[in-house]
Amino acid sequence: MGFLKLQNVTKIYNNRYVLKDINISVKKGEIYALIGPSGAGKSTLLRIIDLLEKPSSGEVEFEGVKTGLLNEEGIVKLRRKMVLLSQKVVLFNMSVFGNVAYGLNLRKINYKIVKEKVNEVLNRVKMLEYAEQNALLLSGGEAQRIALARSIVLEPELLLLDEPTANLDPTNVALIENIIRELNAKHKTTIIIATHNMLQAKRLGDKVGFILNGELVEEGPPGQLFNQPIDERTKAFIDGTMIY
Amino acid sequence: MGNPIIDGIINAFILLFTGDPQIWQTILLSLRVSGLAVVFASMIGIPIGVVIGVKNFFGKSIIVSLINTLMGLPPVVVGLVVFLLISRAGPLGSLFLVYTPTAIMIGQIVIATPIISGITLAAVSSIDVSVIETAKTLGATRSQTWALIIREARVGILSGVAIGFGQSISEVGASMILGGNIEGFTRIMTTDIVLQTSQGNYGQALALGIMLITIAFIINSLVLTRLQFSSKKLAGKKIMSLGTLSTR
Repeated sequence: MGFLKLQNVTKIYNNRYVLKDINISVKKGEIYALIGPSGAGKSTLLRIIDLLEKPSSGEVEFEGVKTGLLNEEGIVKLRRKMVLLSQKVVLFNMSVFGNVAYGLNLRKINYKIVKEKVNEVLNRVKMLEYAEQNALLLSGGEAQRIALARSIVLEPELLLLDEPTANLDPTNVALIENIIRELNAKHKTTIIIATHNMLQAKRLGDKVGFILNGELVEEGPPGQLFNQPIDERTKAFIDGTMIY
Repeated sequence: MGNPIIDGIINAFILLFTGDPQIWQTILLSLRVSGLAVVFASMIGIPIGVVIGVKNFFGKSIIVSLINTLMGLPPVVVGLVVFLLISRAGPLGSLFLVYTPTAIMIGQIVIATPIISGITLAAVSSIDVSVIETAKTLGATRSQTWALIIREARVGILSGVAIGFGQSISEVGASMILGGNIEGFTRIMTTDIVLQTSQGNYGQALALGIMLITIAFIINSLVLTRLQFSSKKLAGKKIMSLGTLSTR
C-alpha cells in the first residue's frame, strides 16, 4: 500500500482536459519531483492532492483513506497532515511570527510550545531577527522563506511544494533546497515538488515524473529519466528542443 | 456690540471649559445613542458584508447594488419611514418608542448599517482568494477561515465602523423627527445646534459644533488616519481620504 496513491485522476475545466488519467504512487519519506512546462497541470495535481479541488474522475488515496469519500470535517483532519506551499507566496497581514505561528494556533497548541517551534524554524530559515516585523514588508526571497517556515513548522507528513524557488536568487535557492533535504532526512517527510527547473528535480528527487498537457508521460529515478528517457517527448523536454 | 461669531466662539469655550451641565448632558447623550447605534449596526452590518463579500450566489450583484443605494439614504427619509413604523398609529406603535432616545438610535442604526455593510463588503471582496486557500492548506476550519478573512479586512471594516459612527453622530434629520429634540431627554448635539442657531444662541451652537469636530478629529486620529498610514506603509498605495462627518 502506497503512502499516497493517485488512480486515474482526471480533471476537466471548461471541456478541456487539465489532467488525464494520472497514476502516481509515492512512498513514505520519498521526494517526488514533478517536472514539466508551465501549464502542464502540475499545480492542479498538487491542489487535488491537498483536497483544494476535486478530480473530475479518479481517486486519491492518502494513508489508505480514499479522499473522495470524506466530509468537510474529514477533509480538514486529513489536510492537517499535509501542507501545500503555493507558487504564489501569500503572507497574512500580521507579524512574521504571527504568520509562522498561524497553523500551530489553528491546532490550539500551547503558546509556549508555539513560541519555541516558531523561533526554531525562523532560525533555520535565517529570519529570526524579523520575527516582529510585518510580513507584508518582506522582500520576495524573505517572503518565500517565511512561507516555507510556516509550512515546515507544522511538521507535515506530506509537503507539497509548487515551484518553491521560482524567481529566487541562487543563495535563497540553496537555502531552501537545504531545508527541504534536511526535513526529508530528519523527519522522513514525504515531499512532492513541482518545478520546471530540471537541475533542481535532479538534485532533490528520489523519483521524477514528467508531465505534459495533463498527461504523466514518464516517471522514474532521476538518473534514468534524465539520462535514458524512454519517451521522445521527455527527451525533447530535457534537451530543450520541445516546442509547446 | 461685538461680532456675533467671535462672541459665539468665546462663549463656546467658556461653556465647554466651565462644564456647563446642559451642554455636557447633550454631548453625552449623543455619544451614548450614536455609540450604541454603531455597535448594533456593526453587529448586523459586518456579518452581512463579510458573507456577501466572500460568497458567490445568484442575485449577488442586485444585493450589492441595493446596499450601495442604501449607503446614501437621506437621513430625513429614514426618520420619516421609522417614524411611520413606530408612531402610535404605526405597526410598532404599541412599543411607545417615538420621541425617545431609542427611536433616535433605531434611525441611526438604519443609517449606519448599510454604510458598514457596504464598506465591509468592499474590504472583504478585495482580499485575494489565495489568502483563503492558504488558510485552508494550513489546516483552517470553515470558522477559522472566516476569522482570518475578517482579520485581513480589518482596516476596511474598522473604517466602515468609524464612518458609520461619523454619519450617525452627525445626522440631524432623522433624530429631529424621531426624538423630537426634547430638552434633557432626546436633545442631542445636532438637533441642539439647529435649535440654538435658530434662537440666535451662537455660543451654545458653536460649543456643540466644536465638540462635534473634536469627536471627528479623535475618530480620524485614532482609527482612520492610523489605519490609512499603516496601509500606505504596507501597500505603498495612497488610500483615498474619507471624510467621516458631514451634517445631513
